[in-house]
Amino acid sequence: MITYQPSRAPAYAALALLGLALAAGFLPVLRMGLEQGFTGLDPYVFRVLRFTLLQAGLSTLLSLALGLPLARALARQASFPGRALLLRLLNLPLALPAIVVIIGVIEVYGARGWFGGVFDIYGLQGILLAHVFFNVPLAARLILSDLERIPAESWKLSAQLGLGPLAIWRLVEWPAIRSGIAGAALLIFLLCAASFAVVLTLGGGPRATTLEVAIYQSLRSDFDPQRAAMLSLVQLALCATLALIAQGFGGLAAGWPVLHLQPKRYDGRSSTARLVDSGIVLLALLLLLPPLAALIGAGVLHISPTALLLRALVTSLGLGAASAALAFAIAWPLAVLAVRSEAWRRIASIAVLTAWIVPPAALATGWFISLIAYAGVSGLAAFLVIAMNALMSLPFVARVLMPALSHSAEAHDRLCLSLGLSGWNRFRLVELPVMKRAIGLSLVMALILSLGDLTAISLFGTQDFVTLPALIYRQMGSYRFDAAIGTALVLGLLVLAFSTLAERWSDTR
Amino acid sequence: MIALEHVTFRYAEMEMRFDVHFPTASFTAVIGPSGGGKSTLLNLIAGFEAPQAGRVLIDGMDVTALPPDQRPVSMIFQDNNVFAHLDLRQNVALGVSPSLRLDAVQKARVDAALAEVGLAALVHRKPGEVSGGERQRVAVARALVRDRPVLLLDEPFAALGPALRRDMLDLVRTMQKARRLTVVMVTHQPEDALAAASHTAFLENGRIVALRPTAELFAAEDMPGLKAYLGSASFASHKEGDWSVLS
Repeated sequence: MITYQPSRAPAYAALALLGLALAAGFLPVLRMGLEQGFTGLDPYVFRVLRFTLLQAGLSTLLSLALGLPLARALARQASFPGRALLLRLLNLPLALPAIVVIIGVIEVYGARGWFGGVFDIYGLQGILLAHVFFNVPLAARLILSDLERIPAESWKLSAQLGLGPLAIWRLVEWPAIRSGIAGAALLIFLLCAASFAVVLTLGGGPRATTLEVAIYQSLRSDFDPQRAAMLSLVQLALCATLALIAQGFGGLAAGWPVLHLQPKRYDGRSSTARLVDSGIVLLALLLLLPPLAALIGAGVLHISPTALLLRALVTSLGLGAASAALAFAIAWPLAVLAVRSEAWRRIASIAVLTAWIVPPAALATGWFISLIAYAGVSGLAAFLVIAMNALMSLPFVARVLMPALSHSAEAHDRLCLSLGLSGWNRFRLVELPVMKRAIGLSLVMALILSLGDLTAISLFGTQDFVTLPALIYRQMGSYRFDAAIGTALVLGLLVLAFSTLAERWSDTR
Repeated sequence: MIALEHVTFRYAEMEMRFDVHFPTASFTAVIGPSGGGKSTLLNLIAGFEAPQAGRVLIDGMDVTALPPDQRPVSMIFQDNNVFAHLDLRQNVALGVSPSLRLDAVQKARVDAALAEVGLAALVHRKPGEVSGGERQRVAVARALVRDRPVLLLDEPFAALGPALRRDMLDLVRTMQKARRLTVVMVTHQPEDALAAASHTAFLENGRIVALRPTAELFAAEDMPGLKAYLGSASFASHKEGDWSVLS
């Protein structure tokens, strides 16, 4: 049978671009690492690796320990007042930039915060607290979406057979979420292992540092590319392994959470069940609300539209728009082929993971070493930040585009074939109007990720080249915490506006 | 006997009202357009929905406030009647004990039911390893071991081919006769009703428009809604169980 064959040239160009970015990042690191051999693997590297694994492991455990009961409570109690609001609140940490949340956490738990002095926010505790703040909602959403896929008949059957909570857990809930939990755990572990902003701001010294942050420090503070290369190799081995395993578990980018229509459940009506579930929801609220409230409460008092803030805002939006466009330009041709060919689907699923397999700091180390030999990085900073952000948002962009493209391929391929409609004309006349929402959503998601980025801008930024997250970090560092809160609120609101748009676009499909 | 007395159920824009009796050991088919309330009728009897007003009685007992597991009712759905990770025997055993801990007598009952529906050789298979018809047989076997006087069928064989559907209907019919079950079956297939049900109800816009002997209902000329639902096909000339001339 003759099938619609999209042009492959753009996909080859996208792969070449990714290959170039990867080669420039990976090869110099590999060379420099191999030159050192095992002498480079000193106790410091092992200490950093151990702490990376320790904090990621604990963060994952804690996030699941609260996320799982929270998901179960939300699934079981389908109609308590404020449930829809709570679900929207759970989306928030997924959208808010890390640095914004960290500011809120410090305002609440920091030495001079609401609960100041209860415990030291800097060090392992602080890192865990911030990671749990981000990942409890993520775990809960992932598990909840699995629970919501349980067919309505299973609940009717359980009710008719008189299954108790334990039997329902064993026979209905656990089988439905089992494999999803493994995937969620891997994803959270990977996110925490590669976490940058949280560890940079709350780590507090060489005792509590991770590979990602240690690479940054070797590169930008200590000017020690040798050590950076060694750390990068270790980080690369760790993240590549995790990313590839996680991809096998059904993908890293969880897409944008959507409110599902809930099948009716008949269990959880007893007062004990209601009490337990409300307790868990309350606990989650106690975790999530204070930092957000602190951010808003203190932030509105300190918003000051200085020239620096406005410049950072414009820079952030400009970089975000550019990296969203670049991510789209790379992901689109790959996705177009991936929905029509099994081989290309495999290629694309690995290709979009470039920045997850080789994490940003490792990639940056390579780019640094490559470029220092020629011109240095300062002139190219903007391009490097755009490229890095585009790479980081690729899996999310692809995840949004693929289902819509697959749908379009199924619906339009034969007609387009018979009309001879292909390439640019097909994009303009068919996909663009039909996939308006998916395309818009993918761009907005890439924009949001890029707006919140502290990693790339820290690695490549300069004194005069400042985005909003970089400005917040700088204000924190120079003991102007009030100004930092104001800036954080501006960034938070900006991201919120875009994510509201994203949520609306993802809702109707 | 199942009785719905002045039952009112509102869902979204629609208000349904049911006032109907299904005699003991009767086999009634329920037909009608989608969204008309056929499944809701079964859900009200089974206890999956609670009426805003009125009473549901089974064998004289008011079950309106009872949860689903305490009603003398078994129900078979169109799909998802089984848990995919349990084997066929375990799925049937759930009808005896939710904890799956069975004594020797109970085990024998489960195996007898499996044999009765023709699954004796497949008891250790998982639902994913058997056919769609065999999965529905598991649900029938579970209803057998539960041994409740009322059996509700919600388009149970819609996904099966004609021959399999007929086999399954025969199986349910035999079971209904042997155990004097009161069966209410929602279906979209007039031939299912003609083959198995002594009476058929036509349900439209949340009301039971007519409940008559099956052949009589399909021959009726006085209901424009029924004619529109059935389309041009006429079943007036078909006797019960006549499979040769279908739509």
